[in-house]
Amino acid sequence: MLVRFWGTRGSIPVAMTSAEVKRKLVTALVAAAGRGLDTPGKARAFVEWELDFSVSHTFGGNSSCVQIDTGGPDYVLCDLGSGARVLGNNVLATGGPSGHRFHVFMSHLHWDHIMGFPFFMPAYLPGNHVRIYGCHDGLEEAFRRQNAAPSFPVDFSRMGARIEFVRLEPERDYEVAGLRVRAKRQHHGGDSYGYRLEHDGKVVVYSTDSEHKQDDPEQVKAFVEFFREADLVIFDAQYSLADAISVKEDWGHSSNVVGVEMCQLARAQRLCLYHHEPIFDDERIATLLAETRRLEEITRGDHRVEVHAAYDGLEITL
Amino acid sequence: MELVSKRFADTAVVLPRGRIDHATAEQFKAALAPHLASAAARDPLVIDLTGVEYISSVGLRVLMLASKQAKAQGCALAVCGLQPVVREIFEISRFNLVLQVFPSLREALAALSTEALAAFGAA
Repeated sequence: MLVRFWGTRGSIPVAMTSAEVKRKLVTALVAAAGRGLDTPGKARAFVEWELDFSVSHTFGGNSSCVQIDTGGPDYVLCDLGSGARVLGNNVLATGGPSGHRFHVFMSHLHWDHIMGFPFFMPAYLPGNHVRIYGCHDGLEEAFRRQNAAPSFPVDFSRMGARIEFVRLEPERDYEVAGLRVRAKRQHHGGDSYGYRLEHDGKVVVYSTDSEHKQDDPEQVKAFVEFFREADLVIFDAQYSLADAISVKEDWGHSSNVVGVEMCQLARAQRLCLYHHEPIFDDERIATLLAETRRLEEITRGDHRVEVHAAYDGLEITL
Repeated sequence: MELVSKRFADTAVVLPRGRIDHATAEQFKAALAPHLASAAARDPLVIDLTGVEYISSVGLRVLMLASKQAKAQGCALAVCGLQPVVREIFEISRFNLVLQVFPSLREALAALSTEALAAFGAA
Protein backbone atom coordinates (compact mmCIF):
# COMPACT_ATOMS: atom_id res chain seq x y z
CA MET A 1 0.00 0.00 0.00
CA LEU A 2 1.27 3.45 -0.92
CA VAL A 3 0.01 6.69 0.61
CA ARG A 4 0.46 9.85 -1.46
CA PHE A 5 -0.10 13.30 -0.05
CA TRP A 6 -1.47 15.83 -2.56
CA GLY A 7 -2.54 18.49 -0.06
CA THR A 8 -1.37 18.81 3.52
CA ARG A 9 -2.07 22.37 4.67
CA GLY A 10 -4.79 23.16 7.16
CA SER A 11 -7.67 25.59 6.86
CA ILE A 12 -6.63 27.46 3.70
CA PRO A 13 -4.13 26.89 0.89
CA VAL A 14 -0.93 28.91 1.13
CA ALA A 15 1.87 29.76 -1.30
CA MET A 16 5.50 30.51 -0.61
CA THR A 17 6.30 34.19 -0.91
CA SER A 18 9.17 35.47 -3.04
CA ALA A 19 10.90 36.51 0.19
CA GLU A 20 10.84 32.88 1.35
CA VAL A 21 12.16 31.66 -2.02
CA LYS A 22 14.96 34.21 -1.83
CA ARG A 23 15.83 33.16 1.73
CA LYS A 24 16.10 29.52 0.66
CA LEU A 25 18.28 30.43 -2.34
CA VAL A 26 20.63 32.53 -0.23
CA THR A 27 20.98 29.75 2.34
CA ALA A 28 21.58 27.15 -0.38
CA LEU A 29 24.12 29.26 -2.26
CA VAL A 30 26.11 30.00 0.88
CA ALA A 31 26.08 26.28 1.77
CA ALA A 32 27.26 25.43 -1.76
CA ALA A 33 30.17 27.88 -1.77
CA GLY A 34 33.42 26.21 -2.78
CA ARG A 35 31.75 22.85 -3.43
CA GLY A 36 32.45 22.75 -7.17
CA LEU A 37 28.85 21.98 -8.12
CA ASP A 38 29.54 22.37 -11.83
CA THR A 39 27.17 19.75 -13.21
CA PRO A 40 23.38 19.31 -12.76
CA GLY A 41 24.04 15.88 -11.25
CA LYS A 42 26.37 17.21 -8.56
CA ALA A 43 24.01 20.08 -7.81
CA ARG A 44 21.02 17.71 -7.61
CA ALA A 45 22.85 15.37 -5.24
CA PHE A 46 23.88 18.31 -3.05
CA VAL A 47 20.30 19.57 -2.89
CA GLU A 48 18.92 16.13 -2.18
CA TRP A 49 21.36 14.89 0.42
CA GLU A 50 23.12 17.82 2.03
CA LEU A 51 20.69 20.69 2.36
CA ASP A 52 18.12 20.71 5.14
CA PHE A 53 14.66 19.70 3.93
CA SER A 54 13.25 23.11 4.81
CA VAL A 55 15.81 24.74 2.49
CA SER A 56 15.68 22.32 -0.43
CA HIS A 57 11.92 21.63 -0.36
CA THR A 58 8.68 23.11 0.82
CA PHE A 59 6.00 21.37 2.86
CA GLY A 60 3.60 22.90 0.41
CA GLY A 61 0.41 24.73 0.47
CA ASN A 62 -2.50 22.74 -0.93
CA SER A 63 -5.34 21.86 1.42
CA SER A 64 -6.29 18.32 2.38
CA CYS A 65 -6.16 15.50 -0.15
CA VAL A 66 -4.54 12.10 0.38
CA GLN A 67 -4.47 9.12 -1.99
CA ILE A 68 -4.45 5.53 -0.75
CA ASP A 69 -2.94 3.44 -3.55
CA THR A 70 -3.52 -0.28 -3.15
CA GLY A 71 -2.31 -1.08 -6.63
CA GLY A 72 -5.89 -1.60 -7.80
CA PRO A 73 -7.44 0.07 -10.84
CA ASP A 74 -9.52 2.63 -8.88
CA TYR A 75 -8.31 5.79 -7.20
CA VAL A 76 -9.03 6.02 -3.46
CA LEU A 77 -8.83 9.46 -1.88
CA CYS A 78 -9.47 11.16 1.42
CA ASP A 79 -10.89 14.67 1.05
CA LEU A 80 -11.08 17.00 -1.91
CA GLY A 81 -9.14 20.04 -0.79
CA SER A 82 -7.09 22.03 -3.27
CA GLY A 83 -4.62 19.15 -3.53
CA ALA A 84 -7.27 17.30 -5.56
CA ARG A 85 -6.71 19.75 -8.42
CA VAL A 86 -3.10 18.61 -8.74
CA LEU A 87 -4.06 14.95 -8.42
CA GLY A 88 -6.76 15.31 -11.11
CA ASN A 89 -4.38 16.94 -13.56
CA ASN A 90 -1.82 14.22 -12.87
CA VAL A 91 -4.37 11.48 -13.55
CA LEU A 92 -5.32 13.04 -16.90
CA ALA A 93 -1.69 13.58 -17.87
CA THR A 94 -0.64 10.04 -17.09
CA GLY A 95 -3.82 8.04 -17.74
CA GLY A 96 -5.75 9.91 -20.39
CA PRO A 97 -9.03 11.79 -20.18
CA SER A 98 -11.52 9.08 -19.28
CA GLY A 99 -12.13 5.63 -17.87
CA HIS A 100 -11.14 6.54 -14.34
CA ARG A 101 -13.05 5.68 -11.18
CA PHE A 102 -12.52 7.59 -7.95
CA HIS A 103 -13.68 6.74 -4.43
CA VAL A 104 -13.44 9.72 -2.08
CA PHE A 105 -13.93 9.55 1.69
CA MET A 106 -14.88 12.95 3.08
CA SER A 107 -13.81 13.89 6.61
CA HIS A 108 -16.29 16.78 6.57
CA LEU A 109 -17.61 19.54 4.37
CA HIS A 110 -15.69 22.59 5.48
CA TRP A 111 -14.45 24.68 2.63
CA ASP A 112 -10.80 23.68 2.73
CA HIS A 113 -11.79 20.01 2.32
CA ILE A 114 -14.10 20.43 -0.70
CA MET A 115 -12.56 23.40 -2.53
CA GLY A 116 -10.54 21.26 -4.96
CA PHE A 117 -13.59 19.68 -6.56
CA PRO A 118 -14.56 22.57 -8.89
CA PHE A 119 -11.02 22.29 -10.29
CA PHE A 120 -10.92 18.49 -10.40
CA MET A 121 -10.81 18.07 -14.16
CA PRO A 122 -11.74 14.36 -14.31
CA ALA A 123 -15.16 15.33 -12.94
CA TYR A 124 -15.88 17.38 -16.06
CA LEU A 125 -15.08 14.58 -18.49
CA PRO A 126 -17.62 11.96 -19.58
CA GLY A 127 -16.44 8.44 -19.04
CA ASN A 128 -15.15 9.06 -15.54
CA HIS A 129 -16.91 7.97 -12.37
CA VAL A 130 -16.62 9.76 -9.01
CA ARG A 131 -18.14 8.24 -5.87
CA ILE A 132 -18.06 10.58 -2.87
CA TYR A 133 -18.61 8.91 0.50
CA GLY A 134 -19.37 10.67 3.77
CA CYS A 135 -21.37 10.61 6.96
CA HIS A 136 -22.87 14.12 6.82
CA ASP A 137 -26.49 14.80 5.91
CA GLY A 138 -25.56 17.69 3.64
CA LEU A 139 -22.87 15.84 1.67
CA GLU A 140 -24.34 16.30 -1.81
CA GLU A 141 -25.71 19.76 -1.12
CA ALA A 142 -22.30 21.07 -0.05
CA PHE A 143 -20.75 20.04 -3.38
CA ARG A 144 -23.66 21.26 -5.50
CA ARG A 145 -23.76 24.62 -3.68
CA GLN A 146 -20.04 25.11 -4.18
CA ASN A 147 -20.36 24.55 -7.94
CA ALA A 148 -23.14 27.09 -8.37
CA ALA A 149 -23.73 30.84 -8.62
CA PRO A 150 -22.70 33.04 -6.93
CA SER A 151 -19.76 30.92 -5.73
CA PHE A 152 -18.58 29.43 -9.05
CA PRO A 153 -19.25 30.11 -12.73
CA VAL A 154 -19.65 26.50 -13.88
CA ASP A 155 -22.67 24.75 -12.44
CA PHE A 156 -22.45 21.25 -10.98
CA SER A 157 -24.81 20.04 -13.72
CA ARG A 158 -22.10 20.78 -16.28
CA MET A 159 -19.81 18.16 -14.81
CA GLY A 160 -19.77 15.36 -17.35
CA ALA A 161 -18.55 12.50 -15.19
CA ARG A 162 -20.91 10.17 -13.39
CA ILE A 163 -20.95 11.54 -9.85
CA GLU A 164 -22.55 9.68 -6.95
CA PHE A 165 -22.87 10.52 -3.28
CA VAL A 166 -22.86 7.65 -0.82
CA ARG A 167 -23.91 8.10 2.79
CA LEU A 168 -21.98 6.04 5.29
CA GLU A 169 -22.77 5.25 8.89
CA PRO A 170 -19.99 5.64 11.42
CA GLU A 171 -18.74 2.62 13.37
CA ARG A 172 -19.70 0.26 10.55
CA ASP A 173 -17.41 -1.64 8.18
CA TYR A 174 -17.71 -1.18 4.42
CA GLU A 175 -15.88 -2.81 1.54
CA VAL A 176 -14.86 -0.26 -1.08
CA ALA A 177 -12.34 -0.77 -3.87
CA GLY A 178 -10.75 -3.67 -2.05
CA LEU A 179 -10.45 -1.76 1.22
CA ARG A 180 -12.27 -2.34 4.45
CA VAL A 181 -13.32 1.12 5.63
CA ARG A 182 -14.76 2.28 8.93
CA ALA A 183 -15.67 5.87 9.86
CA LYS A 184 -15.57 7.39 13.33
CA ARG A 185 -17.15 10.64 14.46
CA GLN A 186 -14.66 13.24 15.69
CA HIS A 187 -14.94 16.43 17.71
CA HIS A 188 -15.00 19.34 15.25
CA GLY A 189 -17.44 22.11 14.44
CA GLY A 190 -20.35 20.39 12.65
CA ASP A 191 -18.61 17.04 13.27
CA SER A 192 -15.89 15.41 11.25
CA TYR A 193 -15.17 11.75 10.59
CA GLY A 194 -11.93 9.84 10.68
CA TYR A 195 -11.43 6.76 8.51
CA ARG A 196 -9.65 3.51 9.23
CA LEU A 197 -8.74 1.90 5.91
CA GLU A 198 -7.41 -1.64 5.77
CA HIS A 199 -6.02 -3.60 2.84
CA ASP A 200 -3.96 -6.74 2.69
CA GLY A 201 -2.94 -6.55 6.35
CA LYS A 202 -1.98 -2.86 6.22
CA VAL A 203 -3.89 -0.14 8.07
CA VAL A 204 -4.05 3.61 7.43
CA VAL A 205 -5.99 5.93 9.73
CA TYR A 206 -6.95 9.29 8.29
CA SER A 207 -7.89 11.50 11.22
CA THR A 208 -7.93 15.18 10.43
CA ASP A 209 -9.88 18.10 11.83
CA SER A 210 -10.29 16.30 15.11
CA GLU A 211 -9.93 17.83 18.54
CA HIS A 212 -8.92 15.39 21.24
CA LYS A 213 -9.86 17.08 24.49
CA GLN A 214 -8.51 14.18 26.54
CA ASP A 215 -10.96 14.89 29.35
CA ASP A 216 -13.09 11.79 28.81
CA PRO A 217 -11.19 8.52 29.36
CA GLU A 218 -13.81 6.58 27.39
CA GLN A 219 -13.31 8.82 24.36
CA VAL A 220 -9.54 8.48 24.62
CA LYS A 221 -9.92 4.71 24.80
CA ALA A 222 -12.25 4.68 21.78
CA PHE A 223 -9.78 6.63 19.64
CA VAL A 224 -6.86 4.51 20.79
CA GLU A 225 -8.82 1.48 19.58
CA PHE A 226 -9.55 3.25 16.29
CA PHE A 227 -5.80 3.85 15.86
CA ARG A 228 -4.87 0.38 17.20
CA GLU A 229 -1.67 -0.99 15.59
CA ALA A 230 -2.15 1.13 12.48
CA ASP A 231 0.77 1.19 10.09
CA LEU A 232 0.17 4.90 9.56
CA VAL A 233 -1.89 7.49 11.45
CA ILE A 234 -2.40 10.74 9.53
CA PHE A 235 -3.11 13.14 12.37
CA ASP A 236 -4.28 16.73 12.65
CA ALA A 237 -1.46 18.51 14.50
CA GLN A 238 -2.32 22.08 13.59
CA TYR A 239 -1.96 23.60 17.06
CA SER A 240 0.44 23.39 19.94
CA LEU A 241 -1.04 21.57 22.92
CA ALA A 242 -1.06 24.80 24.94
CA ASP A 243 -3.09 26.57 22.24
CA ALA A 244 -5.41 23.59 21.70
CA ILE A 245 -6.53 23.59 25.32
CA SER A 246 -6.53 27.32 25.99
CA VAL A 247 -7.19 30.09 23.47
CA LYS A 248 -8.09 27.66 20.67
CA GLU A 249 -10.13 25.21 22.72
CA ASP A 250 -13.17 24.01 20.72
CA TRP A 251 -11.69 25.26 17.46
CA GLY A 252 -11.60 21.62 16.43
CA HIS A 253 -7.92 20.75 16.00
CA SER A 254 -5.30 18.80 17.84
CA SER A 255 -1.56 18.85 18.54
CA ASN A 256 1.64 16.93 17.92
CA VAL A 257 1.82 16.04 21.63
CA VAL A 258 -1.55 14.30 21.62
CA GLY A 259 -0.68 12.60 18.32
CA VAL A 260 2.44 11.06 19.84
CA GLU A 261 0.63 9.93 22.98
CA MET A 262 -2.26 8.34 21.11
CA CYS A 263 0.00 6.53 18.68
CA GLN A 264 2.08 5.27 21.60
CA LEU A 265 -1.02 4.04 23.41
CA ALA A 266 -2.32 2.43 20.20
CA ARG A 267 1.11 1.00 19.32
CA ALA A 268 0.84 2.51 15.84
CA GLN A 269 3.90 2.21 13.60
CA ARG A 270 3.96 5.68 12.10
CA LEU A 271 2.53 9.09 12.94
CA CYS A 272 2.26 11.67 10.17
CA LEU A 273 1.69 15.26 11.28
CA TYR A 274 -0.93 16.73 8.97
CA HIS A 275 -3.19 19.76 8.38
CA HIS A 276 -0.34 22.17 9.03
CA GLU A 277 -1.07 25.58 10.49
CA PRO A 278 -1.25 28.01 7.53
CA ILE A 279 0.87 30.66 9.25
CA PHE A 280 3.78 28.22 9.65
CA ASP A 281 6.64 28.50 7.16
CA ASP A 282 8.86 25.57 6.20
CA GLU A 283 11.38 26.21 8.96
CA ARG A 284 8.63 26.22 11.56
CA ILE A 285 7.16 22.92 10.35
CA ALA A 286 10.66 21.38 10.25
CA THR A 287 11.17 22.49 13.85
CA LEU A 288 7.78 21.02 14.80
CA LEU A 289 8.83 17.71 13.23
CA ALA A 290 12.17 17.69 15.07
CA GLU A 291 10.45 18.49 18.38
CA THR A 292 7.85 15.78 17.83
CA ARG A 293 10.53 13.19 17.08
CA ARG A 294 12.31 14.28 20.26
CA LEU A 295 9.09 14.00 22.28
CA GLU A 296 8.53 10.49 20.94
CA GLU A 297 12.10 9.59 21.91
CA ILE A 298 12.02 10.92 25.49
CA THR A 299 8.59 9.43 26.24
CA ARG A 300 9.09 6.10 24.44
CA GLY A 301 8.41 2.91 26.32
CA ASP A 302 9.00 -0.42 24.58
CA HIS A 303 7.42 0.71 21.31
CA ARG A 304 8.87 3.16 18.80
CA VAL A 305 6.60 5.37 16.68
CA GLU A 306 8.18 6.70 13.49
CA VAL A 307 7.24 10.37 13.08
CA HIS A 308 6.79 12.15 9.75
CA ALA A 309 5.51 15.57 8.72
CA ALA A 310 3.31 15.46 5.64
CA TYR A 311 4.24 17.54 2.63
CA ASP A 312 2.65 17.89 -0.78
CA GLY A 313 4.28 15.10 -2.79
CA LEU A 314 5.23 12.86 0.13
CA GLU A 315 4.81 9.14 -0.51
CA ILE A 316 4.87 6.60 2.31
CA THR A 317 5.05 2.92 1.42
CA LEU A 318 3.54 0.54 3.96
CA MET B 1 1.10 9.72 42.06
CA GLU B 2 1.38 11.28 45.51
CA LEU B 3 0.88 14.88 46.47
CA VAL B 4 2.03 16.64 49.61
CA SER B 5 1.68 20.30 50.47
CA LYS B 6 3.55 22.95 52.42
CA ARG B 7 2.87 26.54 53.29
CA PHE B 8 5.28 29.46 53.34
CA ALA B 9 3.52 32.53 54.80
CA ASP B 10 0.70 33.38 52.36
CA THR B 11 1.78 30.89 49.68
CA ALA B 12 0.70 27.28 49.35
CA VAL B 13 3.15 24.89 47.70
CA VAL B 14 2.00 21.52 46.39
CA LEU B 15 4.46 18.81 45.49
CA PRO B 16 3.16 15.96 43.32
CA ARG B 17 5.44 12.96 42.86
CA GLY B 18 5.68 10.28 40.18
CA ARG B 19 4.02 10.21 36.76
CA ILE B 20 1.06 12.37 35.84
CA ASP B 21 -0.54 10.56 32.91
CA HIS B 22 -3.84 9.09 31.75
CA ALA B 23 -3.86 6.78 34.77
CA THR B 24 -3.17 9.44 37.41
CA ALA B 25 -4.37 12.79 36.04
CA GLU B 26 -7.78 12.59 37.73
CA GLN B 27 -6.07 11.84 41.02
CA PHE B 28 -3.80 14.86 40.48
CA LYS B 29 -6.80 17.03 39.68
CA ALA B 30 -8.65 15.89 42.79
CA ALA B 31 -5.59 16.41 44.98
CA LEU B 32 -5.11 19.91 43.61
CA ALA B 33 -8.75 20.95 44.03
CA PRO B 34 -8.74 21.82 47.77
CA HIS B 35 -5.63 23.96 47.31
CA LEU B 36 -7.31 25.87 44.50
CA ALA B 37 -10.41 26.24 46.64
CA SER B 38 -8.37 27.76 49.44
CA ALA B 39 -6.61 29.96 46.94
CA ALA B 40 -9.93 31.77 46.67
CA ALA B 41 -8.51 34.13 49.25
CA ARG B 42 -6.06 35.20 46.53
CA ASP B 43 -3.09 33.51 48.11
CA PRO B 44 -0.45 32.50 45.57
CA LEU B 45 -0.11 28.83 44.69
CA VAL B 46 3.08 27.09 43.54
CA ILE B 47 3.10 23.62 42.00
CA ASP B 48 6.57 22.23 42.55
CA LEU B 49 7.21 19.50 39.94
CA THR B 50 10.62 18.46 41.27
CA GLY B 51 9.30 14.98 42.02
CA VAL B 52 7.45 14.51 38.71
CA GLU B 53 9.28 12.36 36.19
CA TYR B 54 6.70 12.56 33.38
CA ILE B 55 3.57 14.56 32.57
CA SER B 56 1.24 13.74 29.69
CA SER B 57 -1.20 15.97 27.84
CA VAL B 58 -3.92 15.07 30.33
CA GLY B 59 -1.73 16.21 33.21
CA LEU B 60 -0.90 19.41 31.37
CA ARG B 61 -4.61 19.94 30.87
CA VAL B 62 -5.09 19.75 34.65
CA LEU B 63 -2.43 22.45 35.04
CA MET B 64 -4.17 24.59 32.42
CA LEU B 65 -7.53 24.25 34.20
CA ALA B 66 -5.87 25.09 37.51
CA SER B 67 -4.26 28.15 35.94
CA LYS B 68 -7.60 29.30 34.52
CA GLN B 69 -9.32 28.83 37.88
CA ALA B 70 -6.57 30.65 39.73
CA LYS B 71 -6.71 33.51 37.25
CA ALA B 72 -10.48 33.77 37.63
CA GLN B 73 -10.01 33.93 41.40
CA GLY B 74 -7.37 36.62 41.05
CA CYS B 75 -4.54 34.57 42.53
CA ALA B 76 -1.12 33.86 41.07
CA LEU B 77 -0.16 30.32 40.07
CA ALA B 78 3.32 29.18 39.12
CA VAL B 79 5.12 25.91 38.50
CA CYS B 80 8.74 25.18 39.29
CA GLY B 81 11.40 22.52 39.53
CA LEU B 82 10.90 20.83 36.16
CA GLN B 83 13.07 17.76 35.59
CA PRO B 84 14.80 17.72 32.17
CA VAL B 85 12.19 15.48 30.50
CA VAL B 86 9.30 17.46 31.94
CA ARG B 87 11.00 20.70 30.91
CA GLU B 88 11.25 19.43 27.33
CA ILE B 89 7.59 18.40 27.37
CA PHE B 90 6.70 21.92 28.55
CA GLU B 91 8.75 23.45 25.74
CA ILE B 92 7.40 21.16 23.00
CA SER B 93 3.80 21.66 24.14
CA ARG B 94 4.47 25.43 24.54
CA PHE B 95 3.26 25.28 28.14
CA ASN B 96 6.36 27.27 29.07
CA LEU B 97 4.69 30.16 27.21
CA VAL B 98 1.32 30.03 28.95
CA LEU B 99 2.26 29.23 32.55
CA GLN B 100 4.68 30.99 34.87
CA VAL B 101 7.60 28.55 35.06
CA PHE B 102 10.57 28.97 37.43
CA PRO B 103 13.70 26.85 37.75
CA SER B 104 13.37 26.44 41.53
CA LEU B 105 10.91 26.92 44.36
CA ARG B 106 13.03 29.75 45.73
CA GLU B 107 12.77 31.63 42.44
CA ALA B 108 9.03 31.00 42.23
CA LEU B 109 8.46 32.32 45.75
CA ALA B 110 10.72 35.31 45.06
CA ALA B 111 8.49 36.21 42.11
CA LEU B 112 5.18 35.68 43.89
CA SER B 113 5.55 36.76 47.54
CA THR B 114 8.28 38.41 49.61
CA GLU B 115 6.67 37.04 52.80
CA ALA B 116 6.73 33.52 51.44
CA LEU B 117 10.36 33.91 50.34
CA ALA B 118 11.30 35.09 53.82
CA ALA B 119 9.47 32.16 55.41
CA PHE B 120 11.17 29.78 52.98
CA GLY B 121 14.58 31.24 53.88
CA ALA B 122 13.85 30.86 57.59
CA ALA B 123 12.66 27.26 57.24
